[in-house]
Amino acid sequence: MVDITPEKVENVSPAEVPEADLYHAHSFWTKYVFCQDAKVIAIQYSGTAVVIGMVGLVLSWLMRLQLGVPETFSFISPESYLQFVTMHGMIMVIYLLTALFLGGFGNYLIQLMVGARDMVFPYVNMLSYWIYLLAVLILVASFFVPGGPTGAGWTLYPPQAILSGTPGGTGLGIILMLVSLAFFIIGFTMGGLNYVVTILQARTRGMTLMRMPLTIWGIFTATVLALLAFPALFVSAIMMTLDSVLGTSFFMPAIVEFGEQLSYGGGSPILFQHLFWFFGHPEVYIVALPAFGIVSDLLSVHARRHIFGYRMMVWAIVAIGALSFVVWAHHMYVSGMNPWFGFFFATTTLIIAVPTAIKVYNWTLTLWRGDIHLTIPMLFAIAFIITFVNGGITGLFLGNVIVDVPLSDTMFVVAHFHMVMGIAPILVVFGAIYHWFPLMTGRMLNDAMGRFHFWVTFIGAYLIYFPMHYLGFVGVPRRYWSMEDTNFIPDSAADLNAFITVAALIVGFAQLVFIYNILVSIFKGKPSERNPWKATSLEWQTETVPPGHGNFSKELPVVYRWAYSFSVPGTVDDYVPQNVHPNDVKLVEPEGS
Amino acid sequence: MWTAIIVALVAIGSLIFHLYTPWWSTEIASNWGGMDTTIDITFWITGVAYILILLFCAYCIYRWHTGSGNSSSESNHKAEYNPENKKLEIWLTAITALGVIGLLAPGLIVWDDYVTVPEDAVQVEVMGKQWEWGYRYPGADGKLGKTDARLINDDNPFGLHLDDPNGQDDIIVEDGYGMHLQLGQPVHLLLRSVDVLHDFYVPQFRAKMDMVPGMITYYWLTPTRTGTFDVLCVELCGTSHYSMRGEVVVDEKEAYQTWLSEQETFAEMRAALNKKPSETSKVAMSSQFKDKITQR
Repeated sequence: MVDITPEKVENVSPAEVPEADLYHAHSFWTKYVFCQDAKVIAIQYSGTAVVIGMVGLVLSWLMRLQLGVPETFSFISPESYLQFVTMHGMIMVIYLLTALFLGGFGNYLIQLMVGARDMVFPYVNMLSYWIYLLAVLILVASFFVPGGPTGAGWTLYPPQAILSGTPGGTGLGIILMLVSLAFFIIGFTMGGLNYVVTILQARTRGMTLMRMPLTIWGIFTATVLALLAFPALFVSAIMMTLDSVLGTSFFMPAIVEFGEQLSYGGGSPILFQHLFWFFGHPEVYIVALPAFGIVSDLLSVHARRHIFGYRMMVWAIVAIGALSFVVWAHHMYVSGMNPWFGFFFATTTLIIAVPTAIKVYNWTLTLWRGDIHLTIPMLFAIAFIITFVNGGITGLFLGNVIVDVPLSDTMFVVAHFHMVMGIAPILVVFGAIYHWFPLMTGRMLNDAMGRFHFWVTFIGAYLIYFPMHYLGFVGVPRRYWSMEDTNFIPDSAADLNAFITVAALIVGFAQLVFIYNILVSIFKGKPSERNPWKATSLEWQTETVPPGHGNFSKELPVVYRWAYSFSVPGTVDDYVPQNVHPNDVKLVEPEGS
Repeated sequence: MWTAIIVALVAIGSLIFHLYTPWWSTEIASNWGGMDTTIDITFWITGVAYILILLFCAYCIYRWHTGSGNSSSESNHKAEYNPENKKLEIWLTAITALGVIGLLAPGLIVWDDYVTVPEDAVQVEVMGKQWEWGYRYPGADGKLGKTDARLINDDNPFGLHLDDPNGQDDIIVEDGYGMHLQLGQPVHLLLRSVDVLHDFYVPQFRAKMDMVPGMITYYWLTPTRTGTFDVLCVELCGTSHYSMRGEVVVDEKEAYQTWLSEQETFAEMRAALNKKPSETSKVAMSSQFKDKITQR
């Protein structure tokens, strides 16, 4: 059983780190630019991710304008539409969500929550950010080269990705995309090794693995997945670059392009898909697991109740992480791979539903008999449960191989993955920002603007994606610039598309309110209390708020219990921080004494 | 309070939308009703779970919320402390596992059917290229001739081996708009591509499979009603992906045979080419491509 009740223990002496061991920045440049403090790196990562994410958001508006009101905007050609699709997908999945969850939240929270001074390799950590920034700049550069960025879809399937029938296929577009990915992976690997080693080696005294907040478990497992999965993308990016530049044939069979025999021969397009999805499916969980972890902590803190079934939650994260490496080909049921694989991958994919469902049950059971405070982080956490369950359930459609046959490559897939790995994790990101903003700045975000942002984003996103599934049942394909005339799509589908476009524009503008809220609150927000949510984990126990370089005072905190000692019977307060000595816990006087 | 109501409304609203949606699967025109049944089963099992989870959340919020502030002092009650409940967790795991088996078992049975082509199926080849379709029927001998992508040229669009006798009577349908199938006759579609990935998809048939250059993929189906249906390419294949369309016509047996007998065989096509080499239809085809390119 996890340690629950405070009991008397022997004193554990805290670890002391002499001041000399800390690297303190002295100049503006080393303090804010080439900074080795993980908290500053986290903010650099987050800021860059949000800026490139706004580009992704605008691209989604342009796509929605084309789908909602076709034949209106002459600048959205079939080429540019595919370029928007591709860049939107790649930006959102890799350069926004992966970077934000691991580079942003990972850097900020790991060292604070495990009670460390900093990441174990601060210099490599700094390099990680600058290489990420370089990758983003290379990606942005591809918008400005002749032919524009690649329009091969975010999956970059060969042969079309490097042939002339695809926008950016024979120009610099695809090359810059592949080079940018390679740099991203190099940068990520530097950061990722740091996260893993810090969690394994730099935990403070008493912080056993089974006392770590689930946020750390989520980020830890996601990072391990990323370190194992990204190399597959790295080699496929290199191999495709060679196919394109040097004319090798890793992924290129004999091809007759527009009546002309090309010199390729013998390669396998499906090999690329295997490599891509061997990365691509874990990637889903690289985004989802940190969200799982963070939302567990948000629910627990704001429901004033322990997370239900903590050990089960940890093992579910680990099990999902392990299983995520044996389900990749469920993205390839209709790819033309050996159809017998379908039996295996459908089975493994549906098995992964079991630990995932356990997590959902435990989130909802955390609310049961809680003391639920409907703060903005809590609202986002509840909205996450709804959208994640919705997206998880449509995953059971697509994971079941025969159901995937009619639905794959339709709008059902678009609705599914946006709900499950777009909306749900982004809602957690928002909840987390509202939750930790007081820690990062010492100020609260504006509550009224926050509630407006929440309701418009949640209801709007649900109205965008829930009905979109039904277009998939009709058979409306994805990645179509225009549906033109068909005899099977009812005219009302165009009305639905127009409605979705309006909703998408409104939800997009609500994000501007959020960004405005952040910018104003940094300088003018209401000053927050030291631990405004009365949380138990170590990040709120720092010497100063916001925490300075080195995080804690001369002595590192000593951990005596898990992070979920909320509303413990017999205690006066409804929370007991992890580092409060058991002898110092205020106990209710027994009656009659 | 309002939060609880809205969460409940999301559940109920989704259910009502599902019951009254004007957007749903097209009327099926093949033997793959099993796919629709599996979708229905999946809807029932997962839909019940979805509604229950949402209503449970709504109830918890309604019953145990204590305002929206961040201070715990405004509430009088403390949350219940009960970190684990092994029995409950085992029950929930078991019920979920049962649900998963309920989804998977029927799905795998239909999939087994999907990948096992019946003996009496006739072969038809579908060829994808940017951005049009071509078809090849086996002709009188019932056998398709051997092909090789390296042999593809303007006079031999499917890359048939010229010396393969099985190929001489193959029927080549090139205009991309003309596929016909016979009602009630199982058909084994052999899928090829000469350039990039494509995917031959007829919504009313439900079935789908990518076409991959360098290999031959397949699926099979039995058309179950006559009519003309849209063919769409559903694997991204470049700029004009959205316009890679075609039509498939499902005919009664007689009409199908008549149509088939009107088509040109490979040998006839070659003979016609040898007579007037200057006016090949293939030149027309490549200029058609040039039109498409210059349109952009």
